[in-house]
Amino acid sequence: MPPNPKKALSIVEPAATVDPGRSTVIRIAGLSKRFLTARGEFEALRGIDLAIGEGEFVCLLGASGCGKTTLLRILAGLDRHTDGVAEIRAAQLGQPLTSVVFQEHSIFPWMTVWDNVAYGLRARKLDKAFVRERVDFFVHKVGLASFARALPHQLSGGMKQRVSIARAFANDPEILLMDEPFSALDEQNRAILQEELLRIWSDTRKTVVFITHSIDEAVFLADRVVVLGGPPGHVVMDARVTFARPRNAYELRALPEFGALVADFGAHIKAGVNGRR
Amino acid sequence: MADDDRNRATSDADGLVRLPADPDIGQSARRRARLEKVLGILSPLLILVLWEIVVRAGLLDARIVPAPSMILETFKSLIESGELARHVGVSLTRVFVGLLLGAMPGLVVGTLMGLSPMTRAIVSQIVASLYPIPKIAIFPLVMAIFGIGELSKYVLVAIAVFFFMAINSFAGVANVERIYWDVGRSFGVSRFRAILTIALPGALPMILAGLRLSLGVSLLVLVGAEFVGAKSGIGYLVWNSWQVFDVESMYAGIIVIGLLGWAFFAMLDELERRLVPWAPSNRR
Ligand SMILES: Nc1ncnc2c1ncn2[C@@H]1O[C@H](COP(=O)(O)OP(=O)(O)OP(=O)(O)O)[C@@H](O)[C@H]1O
Ligand SMILES: [Mg+2]
Repeated sequence: MPPNPKKALSIVEPAATVDPGRSTVIRIAGLSKRFLTARGEFEALRGIDLAIGEGEFVCLLGASGCGKTTLLRILAGLDRHTDGVAEIRAAQLGQPLTSVVFQEHSIFPWMTVWDNVAYGLRARKLDKAFVRERVDFFVHKVGLASFARALPHQLSGGMKQRVSIARAFANDPEILLMDEPFSALDEQNRAILQEELLRIWSDTRKTVVFITHSIDEAVFLADRVVVLGGPPGHVVMDARVTFARPRNAYELRALPEFGALVADFGAHIKAGVNGRR
Repeated sequence: MADDDRNRATSDADGLVRLPADPDIGQSARRRARLEKVLGILSPLLILVLWEIVVRAGLLDARIVPAPSMILETFKSLIESGELARHVGVSLTRVFVGLLLGAMPGLVVGTLMGLSPMTRAIVSQIVASLYPIPKIAIFPLVMAIFGIGELSKYVLVAIAVFFFMAINSFAGVANVERIYWDVGRSFGVSRFRAILTIALPGALPMILAGLRLSLGVSLLVLVGAEFVGAKSGIGYLVWNSWQVFDVESMYAGIIVIGLLGWAFFAMLDELERRLVPWAPSNRR
C-alpha cells in the first residue's frame, strides 16, 4: 500500500484493475442478473466488471435498490447470475470460499453465542480441539467471552452483530462478504465495531467486500470504494482510498481530503440514480 | 398509580410540584402475584363449596348432580379398590402408544411438507380433506380393520394425533425465516445438518404446540372410543357408571379426565420451558 496519507484518491474508471503485486481473488466480467417477477423480467444487474485483489478491503456503495445485495448473494453462492462470468480463486482446497455477515439478525436464536460462532467449523467436521480453540479465540476477540454460554435474546443488538462477525471470521474463508453489518447500530457501537473489524482484518488479512450506505464508513474502512448505480446495477465509479493504516477515525475525518472524497462519492451515488431515471 | 400521585402532588405558592418518592421497589407487585395465586386456588374451591350447599339445600336433584362430598367418597373407594388406577393406566397406555404411533409419522410428513414444495403439492390437499373428518366417526371402520382389541384404540388415537402433528410441524418448518436457511447455505451445510440445526429447532415451538393439541385431542377421541368399544379405560368407567346409574362414579371419571388434561398441559408447559428457552414466553 502506498504510504502516502495525502494522496487520497486515484480513480480507476471505468473498469477495475487490481493493485500490481496483489493476486486477483474475485473476477467479475459482464455479469448480469435478471429476476422473473409477477410483472415480467426485472434486470437487477447489467454488465458488471470488477476485479478484487487478495487482502483488499472493498466497500460497495450505491442507492437503495441498485443491486448491492444481489451482487453479494451471487458471490456468496446464494443466488446465480444470469449472464457473464464470476470467478473466485481458491487458494487452498477445502477452505471455504466465502462467509457472509448478513444485514439482518442472522444468528440462530436457539444456539448459544459459542455454538453460533462454531457453526461453520462444525459443519466442516473439523477436529474438535481445533474448533474449540478457534471459537474461543474469536469469541474472545469480539469481547463476548463472558457471554459465550448466553442465548442471543440475552444480548444487545451490537453484541448480536459481533457474534455474526465472529462466526464469519472463525470460519476462515478466502473472502468475507458483509452486507451493511453495522447499519442497525447506534453511532458509538458502530465506531467500536468498525475499529474492531479493522483490527481483526489487519490480523487476518482477509479479502473483504463490505456493503454500506454510509459514505463516511466506506472511506474510513476501505482500500477501495466501488459505487454502483441502477437498477439495473452497474459500476459508476471505482476509486482507491489510500489513507495510511492504522487509521484513526477522528484524525481522518478532520482531513480535507476525507471531506472531498465523501463529497465525490456522494455525487457519484446520486448520478448513478439520476442516470437511470 | 404514579399518575394519580402526580395529580395529588402538593404544590406550594411558587407552583413547585414535589414528585413523590416510592420506597416500594416491587414488594407490592410481588404481594399481588401471591394473592393472584391464592385466588386461583380459592375460586374453584369456592365453586365446590357453593355446589355442596346447593345440593344439600335440595335445590338440585342429588341423583343426577350429587354433592362434591358424595363424589369424594366414591372417589376414595374407587382408589382403594384399585379400580380407578386400572382404568387410568389402561387409558394412559392407549394415549401414549397412540401418541407415539401418530406423532412420529406426523412429524416426518409435516417436516417433509415444510421442506419440499413438491411433497407439499402432493400431500397438502389430501391432508386438508382428511383432517376435518371427526375421528370418532371412523372408529367403526378402524375396529373392522384392526379388531376390537387394544390395537384399534391405538390406531384411532394415532390417526387423530397424526394430523395435528403434521399440520403444526409443516407450519413450523415452512415459517422458519429465510435468513436462517441462507446462513446454512452460506456455510455449505448438508441438507441433513440443515434439518437438524435449522428446520427442527426453528419449528420446535410449533411442534410442541402440536404436541399439546395432540394430547388434548387424543384424550377426546379416546374417551369417545371407550364409550362404545371398550371394556376398560376411563371413558368406559364414565359410560358404564351412567348405564348402571352409579352417578357418583361417573362424576369421578369425568373429574379424572379433567385432571389428566390439566396434567398434560402442565407437562407441556415444563417441556416448553426446557426445550425452547429462547421463545418470548419463556425468556427470563
Ligand atoms: N428475489 C428477487 N426477485 C425479484 N426482484 C428482486 C429480488 N431480489 C432483489 N430484487 C430486485 O433487485 C433490485 C436490487 O435489489 P438489492 O436487494 O440487490 O438492492 P440493494 O442495492 O441491496 O438495496 P438496499 O441498499 O436497499 O439494500 C431491487 O430493485 C429489487 O427489487
Ligand atoms: Mg441490500
